[in-house]
Amino acid sequence: MLSITNVLGRVNGRPSAFSRLVVLVAVSVLLMVFDYRGQQLPQIRATLSALVYPLQVVAALPVRFSAWATELFVSERTLREQNAALRNERLLSQARLEKLEALEAENKRLRDLLGSAARVADRAVVAELVEVSLDPFTRRIVVAKGKRDGVYLGQPVIDAFGIVGQITEVGLFTSKSTLITDPGHAIPVIVNRNGLRAVVFGSGAPDRVNIPFLTPSADIKEGDLLVSSGMGGRFPPGYPVAEVVRISKDPNEAFLEISAKPTARLNYGKEVLLIWPDERKMAGSLAK
Amino acid sequence: MNRTGSTHGGLIVATTFVVALLLSMLPGPEWAERFRPDWVALVLIYWCMATPGRVGVGIGWLVGLILDVLYGSVLGQHALAMAVVAYIAHRLHLQMRMFPRWQQAATVLILLMINQILVLWIKGVLGEAPTLWPSLTSSMVGMVIWPLVFIILRDVRRRVQLS
Repeated sequence: MLSITNVLGRVNGRPSAFSRLVVLVAVSVLLMVFDYRGQQLPQIRATLSALVYPLQVVAALPVRFSAWATELFVSERTLREQNAALRNERLLSQARLEKLEALEAENKRLRDLLGSAARVADRAVVAELVEVSLDPFTRRIVVAKGKRDGVYLGQPVIDAFGIVGQITEVGLFTSKSTLITDPGHAIPVIVNRNGLRAVVFGSGAPDRVNIPFLTPSADIKEGDLLVSSGMGGRFPPGYPVAEVVRISKDPNEAFLEISAKPTARLNYGKEVLLIWPDERKMAGSLAK
Repeated sequence: MNRTGSTHGGLIVATTFVVALLLSMLPGPEWAERFRPDWVALVLIYWCMATPGRVGVGIGWLVGLILDVLYGSVLGQHALAMAVVAYIAHRLHLQMRMFPRWQQAATVLILLMINQILVLWIKGVLGEAPTLWPSLTSSMVGMVIWPLVFIILRDVRRRVQLS
């Protein structure tokens, strides 16, 4: 007959060693099952760990002592060499760190850009394209959202990569949007690199926009990203619009001839996004 | 059973176990790991043989549990193996005392291998891939140093007059 007192091994009436073995093996198996099943028995393990911690400290002592001893008896020359090596390493690390800081600043700026884009757009709705104008001198699309969906005149239209255009005609179920490549369209932008203000005009070509009225002294380079400035109160600030691809300086002209490529994929895809910018944010960007 | 000086004797036994645990935890080079004998099992076998009234299955299980915590293995695997080893050593203690030294060492080898194989089995059941050879070399080393362990612990036991 087994009982707890027997298992604990009282002197009188000890159970046979075998029965204790059976009980302990059963307990072990239970422990293993619980431990393995992820119950982890955290309290038991933590308590036992605390109990054996002194053992671990003592076991680690020889290693600590040998490290301390080697440091104690190391020669001055070795120390000098080590010092020099560490100095060099520090210099290198410093240089790397500076680079890292520049990258971090850039990252922050980009994040801000993304963040503002995400913040400004209060609400967005995916709109399907139903018609694309084939007239080479007007760049328009028709989307399957209308007055019924809350579409309003002048509403910004974007896609995943940048600004597509704005709504210029609202029907009950569909609306017409003029693209930024339309010759009659203009959008105020800033150069993302330095904040230089400009206006992007449509060219009529499907993948080109123009930036006129910039003097030769303007700080603008090929590859510069132009983002919407929010001025004029129609487009929310911070959305990518176009990337400068060519700048030609003609000494006879007063202005640069700059062409850029829209970042939005105007000729691809079947959907665009209609956004309802946050009124307060727009007002704030105007006040700035 | 001799109850006088029981706590003192218990302290001595506990101290030998602590020393064995320390020896099995001391950091060493990687290649030496497979030759590290199972100090705890050796000490356990000795006390089971020499003082069966004091050290038995329960103590073996407890020491195994401590090993589990120290190694971070699944709780209970070393405990189970150690309990089995303690049980067998306990059963054989009269014969083992009579054995000549080499036969004793052979018995110890068998016990150590039983211990290792039990742990390997449990590891296998739990899905860890066990390797056999390190445990075998460890058991062999354990057998070789058994006479030394035996003499040291016997001297300790005689000095404190533990039975």
